[in-house]
Amino acid sequence: MQAISVLPRMTSAPERFPWHVYVIGLGLIFGLYWLFPGNMLIMTRIAIMAILVMSLDLLTGYAGLATLGHAALYGVGAYAAALCAKFLTGDPLVGLVVAAGVGALLALISGAFLVRYQGLTFLMLTIAVVEIMHNLANKMQHITGGDDGLSGFTIDPLFGTFEFDIFGVTAYWYSAIALFLCYMVLRRIMNSPFGLCCEGIRENRDRMNANGTRIYPQLLKLYVLSGAFAGIAGGLSAQITQVVGLDSMGFTLSAEALVMLVLGGTGNLIGAILGTALFTGIHHFAATTNPFHWLFVIGGLLMLVVFLPQGFVQKAVNRLGRRVVTSTAGVAA
Amino acid sequence: MSLLSNILIDGVVYGMVLFIISVGLSVTMGLMRFINLSHGAFAMAGGYVAALLIREQGFGFGAGVALALMFTMALAVVLETFVFRHLYKKSELQQVLFTIGFTFACIATANLFAGAYIQTLPLPEWMQGSVALGARTLPKQRVVVVATGGFVVLLLWLLVARTRFGIWLRASVDNAGMSSSLGINIRLVQCATFATGAGLAALGGVLGAELMPLEPFYPLKYLVLMLVVVAVGGLGSISGTLCAALLLGIIDTASRYVASGFGNLFFYAAMVLLLSVRPHGILRR
Repeated sequence: MQAISVLPRMTSAPERFPWHVYVIGLGLIFGLYWLFPGNMLIMTRIAIMAILVMSLDLLTGYAGLATLGHAALYGVGAYAAALCAKFLTGDPLVGLVVAAGVGALLALISGAFLVRYQGLTFLMLTIAVVEIMHNLANKMQHITGGDDGLSGFTIDPLFGTFEFDIFGVTAYWYSAIALFLCYMVLRRIMNSPFGLCCEGIRENRDRMNANGTRIYPQLLKLYVLSGAFAGIAGGLSAQITQVVGLDSMGFTLSAEALVMLVLGGTGNLIGAILGTALFTGIHHFAATTNPFHWLFVIGGLLMLVVFLPQGFVQKAVNRLGRRVVTSTAGVAA
Repeated sequence: MSLLSNILIDGVVYGMVLFIISVGLSVTMGLMRFINLSHGAFAMAGGYVAALLIREQGFGFGAGVALALMFTMALAVVLETFVFRHLYKKSELQQVLFTIGFTFACIATANLFAGAYIQTLPLPEWMQGSVALGARTLPKQRVVVVATGGFVVLLLWLLVARTRFGIWLRASVDNAGMSSSLGINIRLVQCATFATGAGLAALGGVLGAELMPLEPFYPLKYLVLMLVVVAVGGLGSISGTLCAALLLGIIDTASRYVASGFGNLFFYAAMVLLLSVRPHGILRR
């Protein structure tokens, strides 16, 4: 039990293969598939948004860079995947790689400028980036379709065998497994010394600087990583819905992603997923009655989150996780 | 030539409205380090109350607007004393979340009481029609906006530079802890500043009703605009906010006249440029 102390991440020994995460994750994907066969679409939506929110968590949660422009990276990923399907190849996996690459590229270009700044200046500049990209997408109608959205592309069957069907079964498996793989990759990366370094930058920049960390390249690396995953989320959304609208590059989407992240707790990838599920679930049920009631609910939730003890959801999750780890460790011993 | 003067006049009108709405936000952000994203809600409250009083209750324009301003300021005092005060010590992210949540609640409330459509603000007779200024005619409403803007600037300057309260305010912006220990009633300064800012926002909401239509999503729609003005102007700097508002107002108007297809791309490009050169405000090195 020594490992679970006040410094939970400081494991000097390399982490063992996290088999329990694989079991729980894949079990959940199967379980949700059997439990809610009629809700494939919303679960697919949650999986896609969860990838976006996790990528946002890298910046806001781990490095403490609050951004309201994350949808720019998601949006270019979506447009890239759609254009790739239209002009190059309909293969979904190639499309995802292209989306991730384009997301990372925009993150590199914008991040090289953005991560020099902090706090409110950084926040405002990220808003400017998303607004500029939004207006560009609107202006370049011959490529992006402008206000009407980009559609009229087809996606080949996954691995050449699984067609994207009307009930969204393939889409569910595709996005759920993508979410799981993204989670595993990000979990590994953020538990590495690089992830710890980002948390250090969040906690105290001056001290990290004095330690000999070069802050700018580290943050830029993190920004590019985050951009790649936001691009993947955008690409998935484009491939599954087969349409890319201007709103996928909007300020509203960025703000919603931030709200989801905070509901689940920052600096915690599981929190990002839970927050997305919570937000999307409430949205689904509240907005069907009256869109303005939904605003009451989400507004009240946000105000509540601030005055709840800090990291309320996070603590509950940690406690649960600890219990699971203890019980599995007990079984293993 | 006529294009240039059109751009300048419309730009200054727009800039004045932006200034009146944003200056309160800038001062509260500089003074209390409080990121109040629900500032637009006060502008909306002012506009809504004025519209309801004038249109439905038959008040005169001046009386309706004055009552709306007083109502908004009273609301701001109550909210500051009981709610927002507790947020000053929280982290930036928490302030952002709470005030965004509050804004959502305000949108829903506005819809609940007044419906989802645009509130029209009937102009009195003395503001309708146009007035000849040299070789050009101008709508009277714009003249009123610019005149009020100039008057607000003058009043604010007098308040900040010439009164005891202004001294307290400047001292508190520079160093709140030290001013408090020198015997300045910092709570009073904070509350009064917040209320004044909210009152000015309400005035801006009324004056700008033609440029920015009053509807339930008003506080969210124009939030980014206010934040841009405040960030470019520099937190807590009134003159900086004025410069930023006029400059951005003229740039935005110019881009609408000359390159209308690009939306507000140039507005944000200008902001990126200004912020990257002067990250702490347009008038600060």
